[in-house]
Amino acid sequence: MDAVAIAFGLVFEPYVLTVILLSAIYGLFVGAIPGLTATMATALLVPVTFFMPPVPAVAAIVTATAMAIFSGDIPSALLRMPGTPASAAYADEAYRLTRNGQPELALGAGLVFSVLGGLFGGVVLIFAAPSLAEIALRFSSFEYFWLVMLGFTCAIFIAGRDPLKGCVSLLIGLLISCVGLDNPAGAPRYTFGNAELTGGISLIPLMIGMFAVSEVLRFAVTVNKPVMAIERPFGNVFSGMWALIRKYPMQLLRGSALGTAVGALPGAGADIAAWMSYAISKRFSKEPQKFGTGHVEGIVESGAANNSALGGAWIPALVFGIPGDSITAIAIGVLYLKGMNPGPTLFVHNPQNIYAVFIVFILAQLLMLPLGWMAIKAAKQVLRIPAGLLMPLILLFCVVGSFAINNTLFGVIVMGLAGVLAFFMERWGFPVAPTILGVVLGKMLEEQFFSSLIKADGNLFVFFERPIAGTLGVLTLLIWAWPLLRHGAGRLSRRGGPA
Amino acid sequence: MKFTDRWLGLALALLAGAVLWSARDFPAVPGQKFGAGFLPTLVGAGLLLCGVALMVRGWRARGAPSLGGLDAPREEHFGSAAVIVGVIVGYTLLADRLGFLIVAPLGLLATFKALRVGWGPALLWAACGTVLVHFAFYKLLRVPLPWGVLRPFY
Repeated sequence: MDAVAIAFGLVFEPYVLTVILLSAIYGLFVGAIPGLTATMATALLVPVTFFMPPVPAVAAIVTATAMAIFSGDIPSALLRMPGTPASAAYADEAYRLTRNGQPELALGAGLVFSVLGGLFGGVVLIFAAPSLAEIALRFSSFEYFWLVMLGFTCAIFIAGRDPLKGCVSLLIGLLISCVGLDNPAGAPRYTFGNAELTGGISLIPLMIGMFAVSEVLRFAVTVNKPVMAIERPFGNVFSGMWALIRKYPMQLLRGSALGTAVGALPGAGADIAAWMSYAISKRFSKEPQKFGTGHVEGIVESGAANNSALGGAWIPALVFGIPGDSITAIAIGVLYLKGMNPGPTLFVHNPQNIYAVFIVFILAQLLMLPLGWMAIKAAKQVLRIPAGLLMPLILLFCVVGSFAINNTLFGVIVMGLAGVLAFFMERWGFPVAPTILGVVLGKMLEEQFFSSLIKADGNLFVFFERPIAGTLGVLTLLIWAWPLLRHGAGRLSRRGGPA
Repeated sequence: MKFTDRWLGLALALLAGAVLWSARDFPAVPGQKFGAGFLPTLVGAGLLLCGVALMVRGWRARGAPSLGGLDAPREEHFGSAAVIVGVIVGYTLLADRLGFLIVAPLGLLATFKALRVGWGPALLWAACGTVLVHFAFYKLLRVPLPWGVLRPFY
């Protein structure tokens, strides 16, 4: 209990509260500007959090992302342009509601159900993470090996639309993680005699490149002229929300639960949670014909899902060091920089820091109600700021931020190359999230695989001997075999059925 | 789209070849069969399989209508993106020599113009942005941004 009291003390001090407030405003702003994503907000925050103690650094990321995922709904409703990819699933629906004269309903539902979904994800995180950590304390290299493999598998088969391209993305990430001296034999790999490369590719400039610079490049290439759907001032966005909660409790619960679960799967984050929830909402709705015409039900469910995914994503990140989405992939980099190495021992040695993260999670959701309401009020002014003015400033921030991590221009070079790589990957249909997962988990995979191999002494069945490792292993192999099994079953049924 | 897939598949297969070839020379852990070459070999083999699969898929789908056709009539400005890449390259080459306070506003100005911002706001924000970022990172966060030729005036 002492740790909880210390955690409250860590969070409720003026410096941390100021950081939370400022990052909330920052998150709301970035999320509301189309083209600036929540992941980009996190990547841009890192150079600043680099100079903070661990608790405010993590608090800044948690708060900014929660706010950005909600405020992505604002331009969806007003411009039909999702502010973040997480709002894309129901952008059309929200815009139609606005066109039907109900912007308050679209924005209010976005806000209130984001808060409720976020609280759900936070509560699951608070209860699930410590109990999982207790189990994880008994994990050996076999369990970790299979966990990493399962993470890769989820990122390829569940999160992506095209498993083949997802696989390529992952392999590119693993190849990037090979660079440097940090391998079982301690041999220089792909360093080309360059001293900077012996330490490996630094994660933060890579992330800034892949998530921020690539967005700036994408913005430069495309031309969008958004049209504001409404000019009149907004009424009360909270009116009718209680009735919505009473009308759609099942949708709220289903969206939040699915969002948390999808968030916890490595590689899949808020955007995929929202798409899946929207589809499920329509599938189980009593009025599916109303979807797409300006019906609030889908916004309720997927709005809750995308915010609950954030809490879910932190579960594997804190307990195993395996990121649940791209945001926590960056956050894990920050945790390592701060000496808060993620893993079950963090819960034993530094419980106050973990509890502080939990408190910030809940605090951020509660703060979202008043701040989100203010953001909606200010939305029309904010959305008038031309993104053309912001993008060059973001680029300069990326350059200086990448430099600041190690104070070398090498970081800027990594950032630029990563930006161009991510730009072309997205253009050619290769998802970026598996690459990041590969870079973050490559070392862990190699390390755990080698210790497992030495323990197994040539007997591969040892990889399946321990109960949890065996279950994870079989599950991973089943997911890989699933397309083949389905193909085979389809052939059999075609042969057996009428011609 | 499918045309690109075919060529991307080929490029990936070539990359895989290079990775596999390079992995042969990495030393093994003493007393073990595997070593530093293990992960690169695995990655190389995976990339080779994926590259070939992409080529085959692209080849099979030749003649099929392109999926990109839905939003095809879209205006695109590749020149602007090239300017942005040029600004990053220029920064890495010139920042140490000329200094942040010279390279940053020039880079900002070039980027503003590439994004079709008018001269007035572009000049104003290039100056303000530089001062703001310099203040935040150099003064507040104590990042040693390079002074370059301005060192004598510092």
